[in-house]
Amino acid sequence: MTDIVHIQRPAGAVSRARPPASPRWSWNTRLLGVVFIGLLLVLWEIAAAKAIFPPMSFPRISSILATWWQLVTSGELPAEVLPSLWRMFAGYFIGVALGVAMGLLMGYVRFFYNLLEPITEVLRPIPSPAYLPIMILFLGIDDEMKIFMIAFATLFPVLLNTYSGVRSVDPIQLQTARTFGVSGRRLLTQVVLPASSPFIFTGMRISLAVALIVMVISEMVAASSGVGYFILSAQRGFKIRDMFAGVLTLAMLGYVLNRLFLLIESRVLAWHYGYTQQRS
Amino acid sequence: MGRPGRAILRVCNLHKVYTAAGTATIALNGIDLDVETGSFISIIGPSGCGKSTLLQIMAGLATPSSGDVFFGTTRVQEPPRDVVYVFQQYTRSLFPWKTVERNVAFGLENKGTMSRAEIAARTREMIGLVRLSGFERHYPWQLSGGMQQRVAIARALACRPAVLLMDEPFSAVDALTRVGLQELLRSLCRELAVTVVFVTHDVDEGVYLSSRIIALTRAPGTIAIDMPIELPAPRDQITTRALPAYLDYRARLLAQLFADEALNNVEAA
Repeated sequence: MTDIVHIQRPAGAVSRARPPASPRWSWNTRLLGVVFIGLLLVLWEIAAAKAIFPPMSFPRISSILATWWQLVTSGELPAEVLPSLWRMFAGYFIGVALGVAMGLLMGYVRFFYNLLEPITEVLRPIPSPAYLPIMILFLGIDDEMKIFMIAFATLFPVLLNTYSGVRSVDPIQLQTARTFGVSGRRLLTQVVLPASSPFIFTGMRISLAVALIVMVISEMVAASSGVGYFILSAQRGFKIRDMFAGVLTLAMLGYVLNRLFLLIESRVLAWHYGYTQQRS
Repeated sequence: MGRPGRAILRVCNLHKVYTAAGTATIALNGIDLDVETGSFISIIGPSGCGKSTLLQIMAGLATPSSGDVFFGTTRVQEPPRDVVYVFQQYTRSLFPWKTVERNVAFGLENKGTMSRAEIAARTREMIGLVRLSGFERHYPWQLSGGMQQRVAIARALACRPAVLLMDEPFSAVDALTRVGLQELLRSLCRELAVTVVFVTHDVDEGVYLSSRIIALTRAPGTIAIDMPIELPAPRDQITTRALPAYLDYRARLLAQLFADEALNNVEAA
């Protein structure tokens, strides 16, 4: 019962019975979620030890972690991660660059909007695995194909968000630029681009997750290296611990990439958070 | 730019018609106005009388339905280089991703005629003039409303414009801050010899600041009153505002506004 009372108290709350100088240590923080993950892993360990699932396909987490560490130190896993990262980032940055450029063009010049809007609406809903076979036909199974796939899938969220960003630039900011005689490229770089950067970042964050997915899929279908390839070939070779180690690597990769992204975003868009807070 | 007394900005037979949902609204109906170099003109009128529209057309930010605006001898179609417009909504007009310093330098950087060092020096000078030294690296949203409008004024005057067009620039700040901004604007205009056209709905503000006042009628907007304001210099927030002449100007303008709004019996009410 007392535990429930603790949970309902907001994090960092001070017990009224105690002087405020000594705040009660509260476990109801982010740490709770980390402990919860640990608890699930312990349950996994116990379930695997008791062989609740076929041990063949459900190894102990401790052995998976040991295998993972082995694969990391032996250099086997890094050798798979590096080509994956290269493809992902190459595709991601090409897609982001094209998405921003096309979004700006469409938001800025009516002609390009009319020209490109229908085709984006036709191509955008196609799930990327669907055009993978076509890409193999035209680009083979090498890096170009994967980079193209990733770039193509990355393009649309960035494009659409950039477009919305450009369309929603405050008209007073545009008029301010006009009264100072700012137009053309300077208007783009000094006003339109920074003003729409919060939108662009939203698109980039969605695209980062998309890029990771498309990377794994394209590597599973056609590759001789990469994390996706590693996971699938481990499963086919009954190296189940290797397979889990690969998935674990992806989880860590996704987590680290997202944290990194948020870190960069909070720096670049610090003005945006300050500005919106002031206005609300 | 131009000798004192000569028209620097001329508005000739200006009309503006808005069409919305099939009905045409006449906002401005034949406005003629010569803005003389060195003058401080206030345009007052009931809300919706088209005074902001008039100012935007003078700035080249909006197009008239008919009639012309001339800056010197050239017809205004795009914002002229030496005319700068100050917006009422400073929070939206200042660029929130730029620091105070970068905001003030914005117009200068686009001129392309000044070196980096000259821009830095001018920026520093302007920030000093609006008494914001020490806030160069702050962002506009970290400052109070009055300070933000001072940044906007510094940014506008940094370019040394011949004409400053201001659309109700002080209407969003409290009364005391407004008095401070009025005094700042007066001293800056004197110092930098800039001609000002100032839109306001505040009769007192208009009379106190101006050398001439234009009162517009409600839409369709025409000029109801066009009179010089001859108050002795130096003007002062307390003594000038107590002068019989000041009160007389104020009464005439208020009478016009109230008549226009059919508020003649406002005192009886």
